[in-house]
Amino acid sequence: MSATAPTETQDLAPVRTESLAELLISTERPPRPSALSACLTFGWRAMLKIKHVPEQLFDVTAFPIMMVLMYTYLFGGALAGSPQEYIQYLLPGILVMSVVMITMYTGVSVNTDIEKGVFDRFRTLPIWRPSTMVGYLLGDALRYAIASVVILTVGLIMGFRPDGGFLGVVAGIAVLLVFSFAFSWIWTMFGLLLRTEKSVMGVSMMVIFPLTFLSDIFVKPETMPGWLQAFVNNNPITHVSSAVRALMDGTSPTTELAWTLGWVVLLVGVFGPVTMRLYNRK
Amino acid sequence: MSSMAIETAGLVKTFGENRAVDGIDLTVRAGTVYGVLGPNGAGKTTAVKMLATLLRPDGGEAHVFGHDVVREADAVRGRVSLTGQYASVDEDLTGLENLILLGRLTGHAKKAARARAGQLLEAFGLTEAAGRQVKNYSGGMRRRIDIAASILNTPDLLFLDEPTTGLDPRSRNQVWDIVRAVVAHGTTVLLTTQYLDEADQLASRIAVIDKGKVIAEGTKGELKASVGAGSVHVRLREAAQREDAARLLGAVLDAQIQLEPDPVALTARVGTDDGARTGRGAAEQASRALAELAHAGITVDNFALGQPSLDEVFLALTGTDAGHSAPATDAQKEATA
Repeated sequence: MSATAPTETQDLAPVRTESLAELLISTERPPRPSALSACLTFGWRAMLKIKHVPEQLFDVTAFPIMMVLMYTYLFGGALAGSPQEYIQYLLPGILVMSVVMITMYTGVSVNTDIEKGVFDRFRTLPIWRPSTMVGYLLGDALRYAIASVVILTVGLIMGFRPDGGFLGVVAGIAVLLVFSFAFSWIWTMFGLLLRTEKSVMGVSMMVIFPLTFLSDIFVKPETMPGWLQAFVNNNPITHVSSAVRALMDGTSPTTELAWTLGWVVLLVGVFGPVTMRLYNRK
Repeated sequence: MSSMAIETAGLVKTFGENRAVDGIDLTVRAGTVYGVLGPNGAGKTTAVKMLATLLRPDGGEAHVFGHDVVREADAVRGRVSLTGQYASVDEDLTGLENLILLGRLTGHAKKAARARAGQLLEAFGLTEAAGRQVKNYSGGMRRRIDIAASILNTPDLLFLDEPTTGLDPRSRNQVWDIVRAVVAHGTTVLLTTQYLDEADQLASRIAVIDKGKVIAEGTKGELKASVGAGSVHVRLREAAQREDAARLLGAVLDAQIQLEPDPVALTARVGTDDGARTGRGAAEQASRALAELAHAGITVDNFALGQPSLDEVFLALTGTDAGHSAPATDAQKEATA
């Protein structure tokens, strides 16, 4: 592509100063956009980026498929007698794990935008300030939805039969998306806080690995030592995956849902303001 | 409404130990082009970022159209726009998408944003490239789309941070044309640059900053008078005649003569204090010197009248001449070439 650049310069049409002058004079300043409109516009930007850089969907398709296949066949026989049995328990959990892992790319994209200088242009616009961040998260919600569909499809092919039916599955995914949206605020914070993409990735892994593994995603906590059970039972990921599992199973997990909602409020309430403070101070 | 676009008093920004901006006072009248001239690391960009509400000042005050840049940041944002290497467009998106995106964010309805984007692309000669991702644009196109993105809403104050750094001469002239068109409309422009001729071409007032401080400020004429109008570069046919030529030029021009590394070349600074006071232009003085050389039978192969380079401006303004003779020589060589 770079080879074509010099010819572009030569072919570059001249600047039309007269029409430019007209443009400068003709328009009136429109009112500033509403918060909703700004958020949706940034969401649209995220969609465009998916359109132009479809490679970035690799992590929401290939990666989750790998996870489902690996863990089902690796642990299935030992833990539940057969992979077929195990996937009934594992799939909702692995869905949560995959999507939560994907959330860390939010931090990476925030960080890239800062480096490229796109961020500073947004920051000079008179718009509702959090809209830039909400835009990222809206785009990411689409990616999470894609990942969820992919995992479910693979799961169904492998023999996952949710008792909750279609509605139960959709409800489970909806809960997961809401939680992921809230959880992503941690990454927007790190994206603003850390200097390089690599350090964002590093910190993300350090947070996500213990959180996802030390939960009830793979096994029920009963056989774990007491101190570990204490952690696992209070891990937000456990609450979410229990809620999603129960919903897909056709029961109504009131307690888990309440916990999940509590975490959502807490995450947004803490990391939202911290993110915005960093954003304004940067 | 204030007739001053920018007023700052004692503006300070520190990064750790480094005082990037160290007490800058600027006053920019609305409707003018103000040039901020300085080398890399002088604090130009930091100052602009504070004025554009991207950085919080650590000390002092700054008002843009009467609005405090910290307390009334949103009011400032509604009236300014900036273009610089750090305030860029999204490389993954096409030119058209970028302009529509920013059009929407500046409050245009969907249709209006699209129309405005199309018109801007047309005016900037980018219609053909509208559907291409910006990462495939050339340097000149890139700068155009950056500026186009800054005038989606005609701003009252436009910050142009080194708009032509790294551009070839033709693209640079085109950027200048754009700036002139924007200014003709009545937009105030704050331009930072490393090039004296750029400030000379576009700005009516210039502040020279170095190490975070304003070391000179005034109209172009005032600034030049303090520096000298420029240098006379002479190449002789015979190296042997250089000593004589130097003595003669020194006497006629009452200027400092510098012998270049090239054995047949020498440089004289003209239009210093004396020239400015008597109002004699550099060209007039130079032609007088040329006549004297011819009269003395010294053959001149090549002769050039150069603008003072930024290095020379700094030399003259900071007065650190002795230690800096080497860079000055380099700059003069550049001017000759």
